[in-house]
Amino acid sequence: MNLTLKIWRQKSPEKKGKMVDYKVTDISEHMSFLEMMDVLNEQLINSGEEPVAFDHDCREGICGMCSMYINGEAHGPDRGVTTCQLHMRMFKDGDTITIEPFRATAFPVLKDLVVDRSSFDRIQHAGGYISVNTSGNTQDANATPISKHDADEAMDAATCIGCGACVASCKNSSAMLFVGAKVSQYALLPQGQVEAVDRVKNMVAQMDLEGFGNCTNTGACEVECPKGISLENIARMNREFLSANLKG
Amino acid sequence: MSGFFNSSIGRKIAMALSALFLMFFLLQHLAINILSVFSPDTFNEVSHFMGTNPLVQYALQPVLLFGVIFHFVMGFILEIKNKKARTVKYAKNNGAANSTWMSRNMIYSGLFILIFMIIHFLDFWIPEINTKYIVGDMSGQLPNGEGFRYYEELVHKFEPIWRVALYCIGFVFLSLHLLHGFNSAFQSVGANNKYTKGLKTFSKIYSIGIPVGFILIALVHHICH
Repeated sequence: MNLTLKIWRQKSPEKKGKMVDYKVTDISEHMSFLEMMDVLNEQLINSGEEPVAFDHDCREGICGMCSMYINGEAHGPDRGVTTCQLHMRMFKDGDTITIEPFRATAFPVLKDLVVDRSSFDRIQHAGGYISVNTSGNTQDANATPISKHDADEAMDAATCIGCGACVASCKNSSAMLFVGAKVSQYALLPQGQVEAVDRVKNMVAQMDLEGFGNCTNTGACEVECPKGISLENIARMNREFLSANLKG
Repeated sequence: MSGFFNSSIGRKIAMALSALFLMFFLLQHLAINILSVFSPDTFNEVSHFMGTNPLVQYALQPVLLFGVIFHFVMGFILEIKNKKARTVKYAKNNGAANSTWMSRNMIYSGLFILIFMIIHFLDFWIPEINTKYIVGDMSGQLPNGEGFRYYEELVHKFEPIWRVALYCIGFVFLSLHLLHGFNSAFQSVGANNKYTKGLKTFSKIYSIGIPVGFILIALVHHICH
């Protein structure tokens, strides 16, 4: 298929960017979206132009590295997939595809479609972990009984790959689905209880400090999340935050 | 707790609590207004009780006023903060693919409700406060002394068609606001559980039923008088 691509080009964080039109031809519908971008970049390199910078790593939907806002949606029009697993069969011959970086003040553009998502790392550092003292008599994790329901919900929350699609899709650039998932993952398990109060308070404080917006429950994040993280995680974080503040 | 109310989640919970309070007030307001259709005498008696009872006037009324003002002011503050969270807009954004129109436009439905509220206050609340606390007439009687004034005043207000039309439009925006706001308030206070599905159904009934109730009352008084 032959396509017209409208791509955001920006040389550096300080430089102003703009949308630039490109044509690609003979794209197979079996290609992934990133393979189509590879074809475009080969074309640009061959003609002596600067290739389009974009994030990617595993290309199998588990690393959370690829991003891109495609035709007005994070990771494009398909559901439950990252950009690397989006297939060109989702598009038609002759289509014009608009490709932009994830937009948020807390995700500044570094170059073209690459954004700095280290704000997520700083939120994780603020409390997205449990401390296990390796004193020599550490208890076997399997010795702590956990209900199947809780284990399943914690696992579901833990599938968040931190790609930032929730922030990109949210009209307020809120990171609450990401933080909700990270808080829930530990809040549902006994191992997470020891640091529960500090965890939710510190992670929410860091999230606010990074300049993410406020959640207004539009649910866009849940729809666009490639891992299907549920809004229940935001509700759980709200409960955890309220109870943490009541405890002092 | 000052840190709590300065946090994104604290503000969200405060917005939700004020919304839940206002939604309860709406239900009570409609229940009293319905009386005007079925029994003008009962409507007059209840209105007089609400208008002169010290607990309602000096405790609940200030709380209600605070709730209304807080909800509007906090709504605008959050909107401004949210705008700052994305200063460069998308060239193409397909919001309809993942969220409802109502959820994305709460600020606009809220703005229309604010305009409606100002008109409503000028129509009913300010004249009421003037009669009772400026003029000092707490009797609730008509100037000629032939019974209570509340029902007569209400019916008189809905005589001009333009006011009825304005109220109907105001309630359409209220319905749009509630269609997202009702469920959203429960989600914000952390209530997302096995009852959420049932709550969503109830929310649709409430969000359409309450405004339609107010519209019908205005229409009945306009047509019958």
